[in-house]
Amino acid sequence: MATPLESPITFSNVGKARWWRSGLFASQTGYVLLALVALFVVMNFASPYFLTEGNLQNVAKNFSFIAIATLGVTFVIITGGIDLSVGSVMCFSAMITSMVMTQISTPGMPGAEWFVHLADDGKTVIANWPGLILLVSVLAGLAVALIVGLVNGFCIAVLGLSPFVTTLGMLSIVRGLGYVVSNGRGSFPSGPEASYFYTLTSGVVLGMPAPFIYLVVLAAAMAVVLHHTSFGRHVFAIGGNEKAAALTGIPVVRVKIEIYVICALAAGLQGIIISGWLGSAPANMATSYELNVIAAAVIGGANLAGGIGGPLGAIVGCVLLEVIRNGLVLAQVNSYWQQTLVGVIIIAAVLVDRLRSRMA
Amino acid sequence: MVTPHDAGLAVLELKGIGKEFGAIRALHGVDLRISPGEVVGLMGDNGAGKSTLVKIIAGNFPPSHGEIRFDGRPVHFVRPIDARAVGIEVVYQDLALADNLTAAANVFLGRELKRKLGPFALLDHKAMAARALELFGELRSETRPHDLVRQMSGGQRQAVAIARTRLSNAKLVMMDEPTAAISVRQVEQVLSLIHRLKEQGVAVVLISHRMPDVFAVCDRVVVMRRGEKRADKAIADTSPEEVTSLITGAKEAA
Repeated sequence: MATPLESPITFSNVGKARWWRSGLFASQTGYVLLALVALFVVMNFASPYFLTEGNLQNVAKNFSFIAIATLGVTFVIITGGIDLSVGSVMCFSAMITSMVMTQISTPGMPGAEWFVHLADDGKTVIANWPGLILLVSVLAGLAVALIVGLVNGFCIAVLGLSPFVTTLGMLSIVRGLGYVVSNGRGSFPSGPEASYFYTLTSGVVLGMPAPFIYLVVLAAAMAVVLHHTSFGRHVFAIGGNEKAAALTGIPVVRVKIEIYVICALAAGLQGIIISGWLGSAPANMATSYELNVIAAAVIGGANLAGGIGGPLGAIVGCVLLEVIRNGLVLAQVNSYWQQTLVGVIIIAAVLVDRLRSRMA
Repeated sequence: MVTPHDAGLAVLELKGIGKEFGAIRALHGVDLRISPGEVVGLMGDNGAGKSTLVKIIAGNFPPSHGEIRFDGRPVHFVRPIDARAVGIEVVYQDLALADNLTAAANVFLGRELKRKLGPFALLDHKAMAARALELFGELRSETRPHDLVRQMSGGQRQAVAIARTRLSNAKLVMMDEPTAAISVRQVEQVLSLIHRLKEQGVAVVLISHRMPDVFAVCDRVVVMRRGEKRADKAIADTSPEEVTSLITGAKEAA
């Protein structure tokens, strides 16, 4: 079939990019990672407490609290979309999880007889199958996130509404639903399996906070999906040129719905984890977290125009935000400066990238 | 009537193709036969109906009237993917590339090669890069499979877009102004590619405004004007002057 080569092709007029001008080194993620390392060094000299085990664990835990949702939003941003509803979804999923757990762990409540029974003393509540309550309540929380993701995806990919407007509406809808189902009171996980729940969400495994381990596993999975599966390739293609993606036969609608579902599920999981750390799911939980999450993704190098981004950038962005917050606290700077500085960093990170690509 | 002999000979056969958009008659009664390995130049001024005709063949929308036969069988395309499935590929003028991806990724977009790893199907980067390099070699294009399309010249982009059609072993390749935005040397390369497609029995429809290109590679030239086919002549029987007058309407038909 293939025509034999008449002579080996030569690359006379196109030079090969130097190693430091390609890959990670040439990306915004690379620059921000460098800034992060510098910040670690500076902080080490500025405060003797910064590099202590306790403080680093604290940092790891705190950034893990937004990083899983940031992974999800990064998926959406790579396709050129945006998801503003993540904060509301975090709260709603957490709330549903703890409400379902409380409901099915209380003898006498409808449905609870399948999950719990009373011990012989008539007071102690015992689970019928260990772990089932936890599983069902977490799945319930993720199920509502899934529904939100499907609605977002349907409106954006099938009806063609703008992602900004759709998810802005969803931000309000889901937050409102949270207030409706809880009557504004919030809820907290209770029953015989609440202790498992707290262990899984805010426990420490091998000296590392549990959320951090989930984050590492999910980020690794995301890296494989983005760079080594055709789904990931299609996500990048849609972000680069959606029309081209459609012309080459990529199922654009399906991929877009899937990424909004992934994003909502990540946010739901994140919310459930946060509620374990807080010990409750208040109705105003994670308000305006979507802005932190999107800021972290953008600082880490995800391009809001689409086509660029990845799990490393998402994590680097989250770590940078948290280290700055932590550093300002350790340096005893008025904590009101924090937000101002975060804004400056968002603009600076994007500006450095712009200057670099102009020089190249 | 189509005799079995004729049906076997033509890769694409259009009969009385017409298309109306509301009250606008974009195409009227177009008949066209293209044989395997034949290169047909499709010419006409803007609004003459070239794009509409190409879009109908590519399955972007169905014709209002008429019949399309491909490989002797009647076909009805609803979406572009239906046309691609039978072996019709289009190289679009805006090239339809994702410029944040590498050349190899673009060539294999939507048709990625995968290898099984347990229950997962992972991309086979090595095989795709090797095949892409082979295709670029055939096109004699200085294009590296791992380079990002964003950093490429117009000619390299063209090579990527054309390599994509080679990948699927298409029977009919339609090229929309492939030589409009590239350097002189690269025009030569694209024209030599068209020769290579022809050698391998691929039929090519070249939509172009560039008369020298059409006369350099085409066996036949079809001229459209006001939604109708005004001429369908072997290159040897016509001249650039005649084609120009057909396009402008100075000469009604030939």
